[in-house]
Amino acid sequence: MKRRKYCVAMLLAGGQGSRLYSLTTDVAKPAVTFGGKYKIIDFPLSNCVNSYIDTIGVLTQYQPLKLNQYIGNGQPWDLDRNFGGAHILPPYQKKVNTDWYRGTANAIYQNLPFIDQYDPEYVLILSGDHIYKMDYNKMIAVHRKNNADCTIAVLNVSLEEASRFGIMNTNPDGSIYEFEEKPKHPKSTKASMGIYLFNYSVLKKYLTEDDADPSSSNDFGKNIIPNMLKDGLKLYTYDFDGYWKDVGTLDSLWEANMDLLGENPNFNLNDEKWKIYSRNDAYPPQLIKAGATLENSTITEGCVIEGTVINSVLSNNVRVEKGAIVKDCVIFDDVLVEAGAKVEYAIIDSGVTIKKAVKVGAAKEKGAKLTVIAGGLTVKCDVASGTMLEEEN
Amino acid sequence: MATLGLIFSATHCQSSLTITKNRTIASVPVGGRYRLIDFTLSNMVNDGVNHIGLVTTTNYQSLIDHIESAKEWDLARKHGGLTLLPPYTNKPSKDNNRLESLRNIIDFIRRAPEEYVILTDSYHMCNIQYEPVFKELFNKKADIVCVYRKADLSKHDYTPVKTLTLANDGRVIELNFEEELKGKVNMSLDIWVMRKDLLVSLVEMAIKADLHSFNRDILSNHLDKYRVYGYEFKGYFNEVTSLKSYFDLNMDLLNIDIRSELFWTENRPIYTKVRDSAPTKYITGCKVSNSTIADGCIIEGTVENSVIFRGVTVKKGAVVKDCVLMQDTVIEEDANLQYVVTDKNVTVTNGTKIRGTHENIKYIKKFEVI
Repeated sequence: MKRRKYCVAMLLAGGQGSRLYSLTTDVAKPAVTFGGKYKIIDFPLSNCVNSYIDTIGVLTQYQPLKLNQYIGNGQPWDLDRNFGGAHILPPYQKKVNTDWYRGTANAIYQNLPFIDQYDPEYVLILSGDHIYKMDYNKMIAVHRKNNADCTIAVLNVSLEEASRFGIMNTNPDGSIYEFEEKPKHPKSTKASMGIYLFNYSVLKKYLTEDDADPSSSNDFGKNIIPNMLKDGLKLYTYDFDGYWKDVGTLDSLWEANMDLLGENPNFNLNDEKWKIYSRNDAYPPQLIKAGATLENSTITEGCVIEGTVINSVLSNNVRVEKGAIVKDCVIFDDVLVEAGAKVEYAIIDSGVTIKKAVKVGAAKEKGAKLTVIAGGLTVKCDVASGTMLEEEN
Repeated sequence: MATLGLIFSATHCQSSLTITKNRTIASVPVGGRYRLIDFTLSNMVNDGVNHIGLVTTTNYQSLIDHIESAKEWDLARKHGGLTLLPPYTNKPSKDNNRLESLRNIIDFIRRAPEEYVILTDSYHMCNIQYEPVFKELFNKKADIVCVYRKADLSKHDYTPVKTLTLANDGRVIELNFEEELKGKVNMSLDIWVMRKDLLVSLVEMAIKADLHSFNRDILSNHLDKYRVYGYEFKGYFNEVTSLKSYFDLNMDLLNIDIRSELFWTENRPIYTKVRDSAPTKYITGCKVSNSTIADGCIIEGTVENSVIFRGVTVKKGAVVKDCVLMQDTVIEEDANLQYVVTDKNVTVTNGTKIRGTHENIKYIKKFEVI
């Protein structure tokens, strides 16, 4: 029986995230821990289901094991469906031209048969490395109102920041006349968020043509969008004014975690109307023991706190023993901070043990640099500020 | 070994309990994020029991709401899985008990392909392994094994209880139904293990003879005919029999050893319905000590010796001491609570002071604003 979906989302989750260094040694960037109990990919996935988009292709390539396992059948996001749901799409062997995903556009091109199954009106292209809450339905509504071929979500950034982004130069009605990748002298401050909505028929045509062009780098920003502009298609921006953060670097990942803290946080996760879903492990509630001091922090299930935690984000099953101090830190799952240890301004990957009285990093307010400890390490000696520890010291 | 699980909710006497007024004992919220049934369900699933009948009699709305499709326990299955078994008859129940329930579900039991069956109530808070119970069944060549624990009934505030008198080899020679409190006893945990066809024939016999009680009429009267053995459960165990025992049970979870046994026993996690709350936030100025706190809370005030469920807010200046605050309780500025149990969605407004004692715990009903 023929059935169709109104909109299919394609989530680009194959990136290595090399600027996250040791955090992405064995996981793809979208599977990196964020905000205590989440993975980065929970945000686009939850945005989809909250926007009633229930058919999502997740394109994986780099270190997909943990990501595949995490997504599983999509049940935590209500994406276990008979028709639709979450589907992992790795590169696959073909009769001719077997290849890895050669670029963002090529990754989608190789999966046109997946999209065809659903015969959608629209295809939404998302990436797995941004933290934000967004109702994609509003974007679809604007797209339809403009009778557009493609709509690109943009964020107003400062003029200084603009040279770090892909910038959309627009007419007063929001239609795009030019796209500039990281311009030295930006003409506009409308930065692309990497969220594209296409009419599927148009997308299919341009992806097919792009694949036939051997000189193309098969990239949405570099090839598909400029080609569509050249042909005079209708491309519009969709202005987004909420919180959005690219967590592609260690510093931005740390900052985005800090944005969750405080009474009126920059980014609020306690939002009953827009829940972020994640795969849950069966941990008991956290236990705060006598003598613990907690200040401006967020702590999740399974943690046992006896020491001091200040301005920090703790994931599942973190133990902070008596006299230990954790300050300005982002700590992933299953970390043990032993008695008297002091951890300041650091990202600690999962499974790390910081031995008794060891000092990791230094005070942020005194100009220290971010310290990073790779997963599974046992830290026996002090670690200087700014270190990226990847082997036991 | 293929085993069918039969869980009975609400066979316990519970009429006097305020927290079970609108819910079964199985769906009583405990420990910040659990319901009592989570322990029994998880224990079964962790032992590979994947076909479970959950027998309900009255007040089972909250239980169904909690279980949903049972996917949190991996029990949404084509083969086996969890089946809810609500009452079958139109007649108002005369004796709301296990035998009547068994009579009603006899077809479900007959049809189940499993060879063995575990019958259990759902008021237990423990992490019990059924594997050693089966070992007892085989080693003693027993027909039936009953799980018991050694209890000091003088400390216990619930009657009647079922106790076992055991021979030296562990065989049950007498099943007693105590109405009075009485010293050290072998207290039945209402967990029975046997072959499924034996259960079917026992229930068929009871139907023919028009019997009324599983314990009294069937088991107790046939201890000479069937080899019934006791298996002592030595782990941590608690149950809810009064508001005070409910409070104490929750406070037990502040004990790191009990917490470890219940929740951190390897390969034996306790599953529950996931609510997808954000992690809990501690705002500068909060003071938290000796408390267990679930996800989705915002803590600005003082919390001491308390169990805080998901989605609770404790605002600035508020003091919560020796309390159990269920899901979505809001404690507003400068309110002051000691020895209080709040049910779901309670709001305690600005500056309100509520003071109970350990002997006289104050209970605040669901949705109440104080």
